[in-house]
Amino acid sequence: MALADQGGQGTGRPAPGPTRRQIYEAEVRRRSNLIAAGSTLTVLILLIVLIPMAPGWEGVKKSFFNAEVFARTFPGLLEAFLLDVAIFAWSAPLIFILGLLIALCRDVRKPALYPLRLFGILYTDIFRGIPVILVIYLVGFGVPGLGLPRPWNSPYIWGTVALVLTYAAYVAEVFRTGIESIHQSQRSAAASLGLSSSDTMRFVILPQAIRRVVPANMNLFIALQKDVALLSFIGPVEIFRQAGVYKSLLANFTPYVGAALIFLAITIPATRYADYLLAKQSKARS
Amino acid sequence: MAKLEARGVMKAFGENAVCKGVDLNVDEGEMVCLIGASGSGKSTLLRCLNLLEPIDDGIILLDGEDISIPGLDPQPVRQRIGMVFQSFNLFPHMTAVENVMLAPRRVRGLTRGALLPEVTALFERFGLADRMRHYPDQLSGGQQQRVAIVRALAMRPEIMLFDEITSALDPELVGEVLDVLRQLRAEGMTMIIATHEMGFARELADKVCFLENGIILEEGPPDALFANPKRDRTRAFLSRVL
Repeated sequence: MALADQGGQGTGRPAPGPTRRQIYEAEVRRRSNLIAAGSTLTVLILLIVLIPMAPGWEGVKKSFFNAEVFARTFPGLLEAFLLDVAIFAWSAPLIFILGLLIALCRDVRKPALYPLRLFGILYTDIFRGIPVILVIYLVGFGVPGLGLPRPWNSPYIWGTVALVLTYAAYVAEVFRTGIESIHQSQRSAAASLGLSSSDTMRFVILPQAIRRVVPANMNLFIALQKDVALLSFIGPVEIFRQAGVYKSLLANFTPYVGAALIFLAITIPATRYADYLLAKQSKARS
Repeated sequence: MAKLEARGVMKAFGENAVCKGVDLNVDEGEMVCLIGASGSGKSTLLRCLNLLEPIDDGIILLDGEDISIPGLDPQPVRQRIGMVFQSFNLFPHMTAVENVMLAPRRVRGLTRGALLPEVTALFERFGLADRMRHYPDQLSGGQQQRVAIVRALAMRPEIMLFDEITSALDPELVGEVLDVLRQLRAEGMTMIIATHEMGFARELADKVCFLENGIILEEGPPDALFANPKRDRTRAFLSRVL
């Protein structure tokens, strides 16, 4: 009777307290939390004890984890990071639009529009096949080399264009997967109502496809956010370039660590958010 | 003249012949039920009649006009023939009322405001007035299927095709969808219904067609066909399902 009073099992009454199952699960949870905490602590202690025992630790500490240099350079790095943010902010919408257009190019079926389709295929093949840094060099140095007047010869503009061109190819592929993932029955339903194929794409397929690939695109945009640093190779003084300037100035690598921390502060929450969206989506679909 | 007529309709998917010469006559205001085992060609026949699948051979006449000419623009034809599917196929990102208004807006060129009275009346007629602003996933299967019927009706079709529209529903929801068909029947809609609901077919159909292996093996008024099938295969099928 003690059991029945405790959990209400088998009596049909609503349980006043936790059920046997809940008590058991709480106990299991408590135990696994303890074990996880214990093993994590052990690893941390080992790292803290072992790393300083390495022969070069004192040197590394001075040139990579120098608190004084960190404090001096961090505000400058943050300021330079604003340029990264700006480049990201104006390239992201362009990538979205260009990627969508290229995905649609690859979907056209009219023979007269075959050149568009061919363009879509060639575009994705080429820009996914070349390392980003090469595209940045070729476009960022090549186009200004045509002798364009200021400000159109700025590597800042053409470097960003290079990023847009490359990432649009990846985003296009993601959109295409999304378009193909929409079940044929949706097209049938739209066709049976007499909708044209372009209306079907615009009102039925695309809105669903774009929503479905939000997490995949989020991951690409997180990668883009980091790749903005590659523009430093052709000129713009963004965070990576600024860190390099400080490194030469102070003969110390700490600014790089500072830059890494700034990137992480953005990318970790963004990645977690993308994961969360993905998990939510797969739960909604199951 | 028949409203819709199929003559010798053939359709194969690769090596797999699904319709092997179907002849079908549907008169204005008639309700025709297609019965037969799964895979007998009922769904494919309906999809061919709506030009969702191009036919390999034969002809389909709508009001005596050949609509199966290869290369003919299927859109104007589909506007005249409504279709409802087994799996509802509502657009999940739109509310019920948006689902219903999309095609009239784009194809008939009407504005939301102009459509609202007509569409509201349709929702009310089928007991869905309080569900207009709901998304498909907020509706029961029966409600979703009724919205799908309303969506097809909003195009003011001359004929409605129903492809096993109760097969994906829980048993207690079948009745509400069949009631919609009863209502349409009473209003004189021309309908072709692929169904496993034999009781329903017997009660309401003007004509029942038994499909087997890609052809209409036997057809006739429901009383005759159900009580007195002439072919052995028809009898065997009916004894399995009744």
